Amino acid sequence: MTYAALRSLGLAAAATILLGFASAQAEELKVTIDNFTFTPAELKVKVGDTVTWTNHDDIPHTVVSAGKYRSKTMDTDGTFSFTFTSAGDYKYFCSLHPHMTGMIKVE
Amino acid sequence: MSHHDHDHHDDQRGVSRRKVLECMTWAGTGVLWTLTGGVPRSLGLVDAANAAEPAGLTFLQISDSHIGFDKPANPNAAGTLEEAIGKVNAIQKKPSFMIHTGDITHLSKAAEFDNAEKIISQAKLDVHYVPGEHDFLDEEIKFYKDRYGKGTKGPGYYSFDAGGAHFIGLVNVVDLKAGGLGNLGAEQLEWLEDDLKGKSKSMPIVVFAHIPLWTVYPQWGWGTEDGARALDYLKGFGSVTVLNGHIHQVMQKVEGNVTFHTARSTAFPQPAPGTAPSPGPMKVEDAKLRGLLGIASVNFKQGDQRLAIIDTPLAG
Repeated sequence: MTYAALRSLGLAAAATILLGFASAQAEELKVTIDNFTFTPAELKVKVGDTVTWTNHDDIPHTVVSAGKYRSKTMDTDGTFSFTFTSAGDYKYFCSLHPHMTGMIKVE
Repeated sequence: MSHHDHDHHDDQRGVSRRKVLECMTWAGTGVLWTLTGGVPRSLGLVDAANAAEPAGLTFLQISDSHIGFDKPANPNAAGTLEEAIGKVNAIQKKPSFMIHTGDITHLSKAAEFDNAEKIISQAKLDVHYVPGEHDFLDEEIKFYKDRYGKGTKGPGYYSFDAGGAHFIGLVNVVDLKAGGLGNLGAEQLEWLEDDLKGKSKSMPIVVFAHIPLWTVYPQWGWGTEDGARALDYLKGFGSVTVLNGHIHQVMQKVEGNVTFHTARSTAFPQPAPGTAPSPGPMKVEDAKLRGLLGIASVNFKQGDQRLAIIDTPLAG
């Protein structure tokens, strides 16, 4: 391996450590879908946190927050993750069953 | 299926509106329709055809075939669709055509559409489709439109005449709003108003769409946000029949000149409104499944106020 390659490896390692440090505070949170209901219906998270939705129903669902994010169709046991990079209230719903609604509050 | 305990018989004239509404609260057992005039009891379709040779136009409704569904409520949705088509083929007097009120597939996959087509085409009937939300899941909403969208407007609505009646296929599964129900949208409503212009008020109208156009149970999203506007345009017509799917059970009500009817699924049953924590596939004993799946036959005789609708389960 050349010196340059070793050097760039070192930089990559350093970058990884830095990223790891920066995200040490970031949390992974979960919302489940059972019986056409998002649980919890309202979730408070911090900027940088990632929320993962998991569909436990035998019917596909989606997660759509108008203008913010839109999942593909999640079949049974399908998941969708989104990392919130700015504060605000993110109302969302299932575009197939619009009576299913939820809220992520990002602080 | 148990007979309900309200003292309604064939003649609806004696039934107050309040009574009808009372019945609505427990509807979903498939019994409600016995109280409406002109609507026969559920009979085996083959028996019915033998007993009274239907005069006039007969067409069939199938719905919610959910090809691709393989969960415990019915691991073989293709098999039960095949059985339904077998029932269709056993009818002595060949129906004029068939309508499919959506959710042909479970996940809008090309193979699911192909399998559905392979089975449904065995009936050798013209089929008029409207999409369900399960048919519009592919990124570009292309598979349904490529197959069934020819000659339709917007997401797939259209109308045609047959046997002296006017048929209107509507799409209420697109652009749904958070917290809301099914949705037709301004453009489609405008088209509908235009489509009905100049039609004779004595011409029977049959409207079909996936999600019920009337509010069945909003807590589960079973209704159409702007359905009332569509029904406004249908006021003044002597005979209006609204055929829907989506809720996977027979439900019927009559309001003035309008008969509302939902068909069974050929794939899996769903609970009656409010009897479970949520809608969704309902697992029943294997022996009971085929009693909860089925097809509907609609007979229209010139001069009759109401179209006769016969719901036939795959098995009693």
